[in-house]
Amino acid sequence: MNKKFGIREVVAIGIGTALFVVLTEIQIPIGIPNTYLQPRMAVMAFLAAVFGPVVGGVIGLLGHALGDALFYGGVWWSWVFPEVIVGAGIGLLSKSYKVLEGEFDRRAAIRFNLVQIIANALAWILLAPVLDILIYAEPANKVFIQGAFAFLGNIIIIGVLGTILLFAYSRVAGKSGSLTKED
Amino acid sequence: MAKLLSYEEKGTWIHRLSGITKLIFFLIWCALSALTYDTRILLVMIMISLIAFACSRTKWKQVGSVFRVIMVFMVLNLAAIFIMSPEQGCVIYGTRKVLFYIAGHYYMTREQLFYMFNVMIKYFTVIPAVFIFLVTTNPSELAASMNRVGVPYTISYALSIALRYIPDVQGDFHRIRNAQEARGIEMSAKARLGERIRRTASIIFPLLFSSMERIEVVSNAMELRSFGKNKKRTWYAMKPLGRNDRLVLIGTVLFFIAGIVITYADGSRFWAYWL
Repeated sequence: MNKKFGIREVVAIGIGTALFVVLTEIQIPIGIPNTYLQPRMAVMAFLAAVFGPVVGGVIGLLGHALGDALFYGGVWWSWVFPEVIVGAGIGLLSKSYKVLEGEFDRRAAIRFNLVQIIANALAWILLAPVLDILIYAEPANKVFIQGAFAFLGNIIIIGVLGTILLFAYSRVAGKSGSLTKED
Repeated sequence: MAKLLSYEEKGTWIHRLSGITKLIFFLIWCALSALTYDTRILLVMIMISLIAFACSRTKWKQVGSVFRVIMVFMVLNLAAIFIMSPEQGCVIYGTRKVLFYIAGHYYMTREQLFYMFNVMIKYFTVIPAVFIFLVTTNPSELAASMNRVGVPYTISYALSIALRYIPDVQGDFHRIRNAQEARGIEMSAKARLGERIRRTASIIFPLLFSSMERIEVVSNAMELRSFGKNKKRTWYAMKPLGRNDRLVLIGTVLFFIAGIVITYADGSRFWAYWL
């Protein structure tokens, strides 16, 4: 794969988006009204970590817009664009996670989680509420509270489920790491 | 099984419009509905949406279940606005006329009521447009027409794959969930949070791994057929833009410009009948 944007990336965007849309169906309530843990975020984080920032960002954009439209019949644009930041942000360091090489270790996991927390903070604590206020003129305290809960929910689900998925897949897919040197 | 909105061929003039025409209409509609707080424009938009919706001969059966979900979200959102910011309307319009007293620091003001009415009708401007776009657009034709107006064909193709594989992945998802439930992993129970994440993981693992395999298989197949070798490609579902496409596009753009001009004519995007 010498090209930056190859066939695998195209297909990964397509099927990743389909997966993201389908998983919109699973929402785990955490006891705060209107706030859910979204396993689809963990899947997007996983795909971004494996395939890079473009795939992550486009899955965020298309997946969120399509998923909202198909399941809820409306698109809340001020929450679609921050999704791009999360996907692209996590994908930025995809080279260093080495998931497909089977070398996703604890250090990579720490990097992955630091990046996802920063990206989520930018997206949900800063960008989403600001867009809500600018575009939809929603009350400031309401959108910042919503944003804070979305931030919490997302870092939990990506931190727990996303990290587990990466460890598991890295172990299964590992090509270079599956052989151990004999003494 | 959650019912998704999906394309259904009906052969009306809206179905015959090019996919890109409907996409542009939909995006402009969303933009105008988001930008304007002018009740007159919003009401006109609702009327146009409803006329188009009727023309598309969409049955209630196709969209009813999704519509109910939206209504629940809308009510929750309006309730959240009122509970957290009962004076938002007064801040926006700069006047305050109390209609009646509720409790604590909650007064129902004319401004708040009117502001929330506008937020509500914004939903109704966009909902028919979403429905029309999703149930009348053929996914392959949409990808073809996006490529036609200059979107790189890799991106159009990715969108086409996404729309094509949603039913397949959804089928996988429901099969895996049923299998896990048959093994006694109850999904809907009121288990504790950690337990619920663990159970969800038991579905996501096989689903994600089979999807990764699918990515491998599909991209190998496409590579064997030399996808991406040439700068351009042809499309089976491609059709030229017709007279109706041009009329709709021109009409939509003119309406958007007129809407923006009227909205901002008095220097503010908010309009109220008493100002």
